[in-house]
Amino acid sequence: MEEFILLFRLDLLTKEAQPSPEQMQIYMKQYHDWVGGIAAQNKFIGGKGLSTEGKVLKSHQVITDGPFVEIKESIAGFIMIRAQDFEEAVSLSKDCPMLNGEGNSVEVRRITGGS
Amino acid sequence: MVAMDSNTLIPHLFRNEYSKIVAVLVKRFGLDQIEIAEDLASETFLTATQTWGIGGVPDNPTAWLYQVAKNKAINYLKREARFNTKITMDLKSPPPDPDEPSIDLSEKNIHDSVLQMMFVVCHPSISAEAQISLSLRVLCGFGIDEIAAAFLVTKETINKRLFRAKEKWREEGIRIELPGGSHIESRLENVLTTLYLLFNEGYYSVSQNKTIRKDLCLEAIRLCSLLIENKNTNQPAVDALMSLMCFHISRFDARTDKNGELILYEDQDIALWNMNWIHKGGYFLHQASRGEKISKYHLEAGIAYWHTQKNDDHEKWEAILQLYNQLLLLEYSPVAALNRTYALFRAKGPEGMFLAIKEAEKLNLTDNQFYFILLGELYSGIDPVSAKNNYLKALSLCRTSADKQAIKKKVDKLDAEIPGR
Repeated sequence: MEEFILLFRLDLLTKEAQPSPEQMQIYMKQYHDWVGGIAAQNKFIGGKGLSTEGKVLKSHQVITDGPFVEIKESIAGFIMIRAQDFEEAVSLSKDCPMLNGEGNSVEVRRITGGS
Repeated sequence: MVAMDSNTLIPHLFRNEYSKIVAVLVKRFGLDQIEIAEDLASETFLTATQTWGIGGVPDNPTAWLYQVAKNKAINYLKREARFNTKITMDLKSPPPDPDEPSIDLSEKNIHDSVLQMMFVVCHPSISAEAQISLSLRVLCGFGIDEIAAAFLVTKETINKRLFRAKEKWREEGIRIELPGGSHIESRLENVLTTLYLLFNEGYYSVSQNKTIRKDLCLEAIRLCSLLIENKNTNQPAVDALMSLMCFHISRFDARTDKNGELILYEDQDIALWNMNWIHKGGYFLHQASRGEKISKYHLEAGIAYWHTQKNDDHEKWEAILQLYNQLLLLEYSPVAALNRTYALFRAKGPEGMFLAIKEAEKLNLTDNQFYFILLGELYSGIDPVSAKNNYLKALSLCRTSADKQAIKKKVDKLDAEIPGR
């Protein structure tokens, strides 16, 4: 078993792209059902949502207001899961409901190193 | 005094008072003297049995017990003082008069001592099964044979467990006291875990003795209320655990028929559900809804609440599904995973049946009878042959006859539907 991190990117900043409260409720339910399915397989390790405020520090003492946006979408949150291998991690990620949204993405990375 | 049949009054009275007397004496003598405390308590009840058997039960049996316990304890302390002085002092000079020892059996000291005893018994350095056995013996006053009967093990096994646990106390230098400020929350977690396990033993246990099993549940509830009554230990998670136990116990009488066979939830007679317990559950769920922390007990209490609502609509199963989703994030367990999948099945309706089956198969809990029971249930509507095969696999994994009966009934029902039989 290996550990993977799934990074969720959504457009958090464009005003028109933000969901209404009713839509938000539907999205949250879909998300909870998807993560619940992973947890039911005993493959969920942990996860957090991230607030929209942030700062980005770069070399030469540059500090800008975050999130770090080179593309429209920024990291909204992440979860960590267990899976046999990369293939399974990707397969678990395929059903993430965020992928129904245009421009959204789920980046899957293997967690290396000691715990 | 009234000459009464002391055989009915005594067992319950003794159980309640045993734990109180032992706790007070342990507080007075120290935890390493617990055997002395237990002996003095037992002697008190022996004297009671002998005296009341002849002269009848006194008007205030509790006060009688406390007075006798006090006398025996004080005599013990005096003997100890004289013994210690005799061997340490010159025999020619008279020994100093020891202060008249006293034993405080006031309500407050009893309450404090029992509460502190709970934390000692549920100490993390002692194994889980020893904690439960100790709870039953020391906190609930159960006899060794009753405990052995509850767990279907021998008396020797229980005695060994208790002995080893007490040795652990000595090794670790554990004292009878409430854990200090920063530790109390994590230690409270241990206590809640033990109470939860104790309740589960009574609710789901292997023993066929229905009276003992209900007593286990009631004892867990009683001990939990001690935590609720004390402001140092009254945290939302405690109210949540209480709520959950009240909701479950409300169905205790509806769960088995007169032959001791298990009646599943959907087949239960609602008239046998105890509304008093359900109301209590609701009260404590409300009490638990404070503070910022959601414990697994909060989620389970919520799920238990929905199970007291017999109406089978989408809202109920959707709510249960969401609660299980959250519960699994906090703490995975095969039971929660299976129940979550069942809730998904009920919430999705007929269109979601294949989704539910897919989710169920992903669980892959192939050493677990309930996994195959779930698959049997899910396939029942669409593929009786697959359903029956899954039930048969479940049967091969079953341990208790109650479970076997329940599955056999389902198989029989399916046989009626399978063509060509």
